[in-house]
Amino acid sequence: MSTSSNTKLKALGLHLSIIAVLAVSFLVLPEYHSGIIARVLILAIYAMGYNLLFGYTGLLSLGHALFFASGMYGLGLAMQYLNAPPLVGLIAGLGFAAFVSAVIGFLALRTTGVAFMIVTLMFAQAGYLTILLMGEYTRGDEGFVIKQSQRMIAGFDLSHATNRYFVSVFLFGFCLLIIGWIVQSGFGKTLVAIRENEERARMLGYNVQLHKWIAVVISGTMSGAAGAAYALLFGYVGGTFATVQYSIFPLLYVLLGGAGTTIGPLIGALFMFYLIDISSEFTSAYLLVAGVALILLTLFAPQGIAGMLRKRVIRWLP
Amino acid sequence: MEFGPHLLLATLEGAIGAAVLALMAVGLSIVFGIMRVVNVAHGEFYMLGAVIAWWITSLIGGHPAYGFVVALIVAPLLVGAIAALADHLVLRRIDYDPERTIVATIGLLYVLQQLTLMTFGADARPVEAPFNKRIALPWFENGADGFAMYWPWGLSTTTYKLAVIAAAVVVLIGLWLLMTRTRAGLIMRATQLNRDMALAHGIPVEKVYALVFGLGAAIAALAAVLIVPIQQAHYLMGGDPLLLSFIVVIIGGLGSIPGTIVAAILIGMSDGIISVFFSPTLAKILATLLVAFVLIFRPQGLFGKRES
Repeated sequence: MSTSSNTKLKALGLHLSIIAVLAVSFLVLPEYHSGIIARVLILAIYAMGYNLLFGYTGLLSLGHALFFASGMYGLGLAMQYLNAPPLVGLIAGLGFAAFVSAVIGFLALRTTGVAFMIVTLMFAQAGYLTILLMGEYTRGDEGFVIKQSQRMIAGFDLSHATNRYFVSVFLFGFCLLIIGWIVQSGFGKTLVAIRENEERARMLGYNVQLHKWIAVVISGTMSGAAGAAYALLFGYVGGTFATVQYSIFPLLYVLLGGAGTTIGPLIGALFMFYLIDISSEFTSAYLLVAGVALILLTLFAPQGIAGMLRKRVIRWLP
Repeated sequence: MEFGPHLLLATLEGAIGAAVLALMAVGLSIVFGIMRVVNVAHGEFYMLGAVIAWWITSLIGGHPAYGFVVALIVAPLLVGAIAALADHLVLRRIDYDPERTIVATIGLLYVLQQLTLMTFGADARPVEAPFNKRIALPWFENGADGFAMYWPWGLSTTTYKLAVIAAAVVVLIGLWLLMTRTRAGLIMRATQLNRDMALAHGIPVEKVYALVFGLGAAIAALAAVLIVPIQQAHYLMGGDPLLLSFIVVIIGGLGSIPGTIVAAILIGMSDGIISVFFSPTLAKILATLLVAFVLIFRPQGLFGKRES
């Protein structure tokens, strides 16, 4: 067996065991924490989508909240105003996020580096302001609730804690396997090549621009999937999820967990969520934790937790 | 009020916005021009300036002018020192890498904002203006008995508002003299042109960077002290000016000070005027989209020259 397929098997084994551990944890976790984990898993999907672009392709976006909110509102508006069933809503959310990321990707990829960061930030800000402007339908910052009676798939109540937990494990696992497969594929390796040296990848004959664009679309659609899943499982759609803060969160999760690793986003989301959750019991200024973490990570650990693991202990970490 | 007087009022309000925005944006632009980094925490330095002004004026009793004058001197110095310290502790260590600097200054933004929330609180607090005399403004009308002058109700400004505009102009001229006529300005421009060459000529580039970062923050703080008697000090007040100064700096051409000032007047005035007559949200959407498209299709800014 070649080493490459060996690594692939190891990675698949790692991902499957993480999913299994998550599923089994439900039996031992107190209800409060299983509720949190369900939320963390959805945010981890968001962070995984972000990581494909930031960690693997080397493009730092400051506007992913736009994609998250596109998925959320795609599903939310379809269910609220068109009475769409959840699965149709999910497809609407994914489709809308894919469309928005395709357009934004096409425009923003004409820039690089700092300009790319500012352009994505500005588009996301324009998106957030549009949500406020269309407050009649989107309910702006206040948001709206998706009725419990609508959140049923074939008699399966998604607002019930147990169902919610397992649906989020399922969705997370599904996305983790997809990401694991993408980054091991030729396409994923090309993205890393672009991150490491864009000129060289171009000289080798790769269509760099097209690869980057596909990466934006996959990344944006996965972020949108997280937004749609969030709305469906927690029954709330609101403009706050389109603010700059929600563009910073996946960056924070990925930096903390480890950019360019498949398990980094989960680790980062888990740590950060609990850190903020614990500190918000003591102070209303809980975002201080996020700020301090951002500075310390940039200064001392730009490779994050999983990045350090890969460097020191487990060399084959995907 | 009729359209004419209303427009005059909107223009005056816009001019105050433009004056403060020009200061803010020039601070951001100097930092970008010389250090080649984008300081996302710039809005928080502005907010700190306002909060420190409130703190000083509430400490010093007596006539509001005493406290205000002290704040006008102390707040920029203090904020500049905080910024220079942040530069020393954080930015210098990541070697001013453009992308990592943005992430680090986002962190700095949260730290400054949340620390202010913990100490200063979530309430907006007013600062009394040192002088504030209402001036009614006349308007002309070509009525039945010919051309007549009258004073429409509500059409007025205050001496303080006019003083803010004048002060901003004075500071901008002072800054221009500093950059073009002094040795310090020469050193800054040399560092901007070629960092390595400046270093080779014995210019302490790291010190220059710390000073420039402090200067940029101090200008933002000064703008805040000027505006705080008109608005109020609040821990979230840095967000909107940050966004607007981003817009101004990008449209004016990154790092170009004259371009920045022209763009500040343009954006500040139109923001004021559009917000009075149309939805302010719509105005902001158009402005942010304008920035995105300028960066995509004309990265040198609307007024900048393309680098060859």
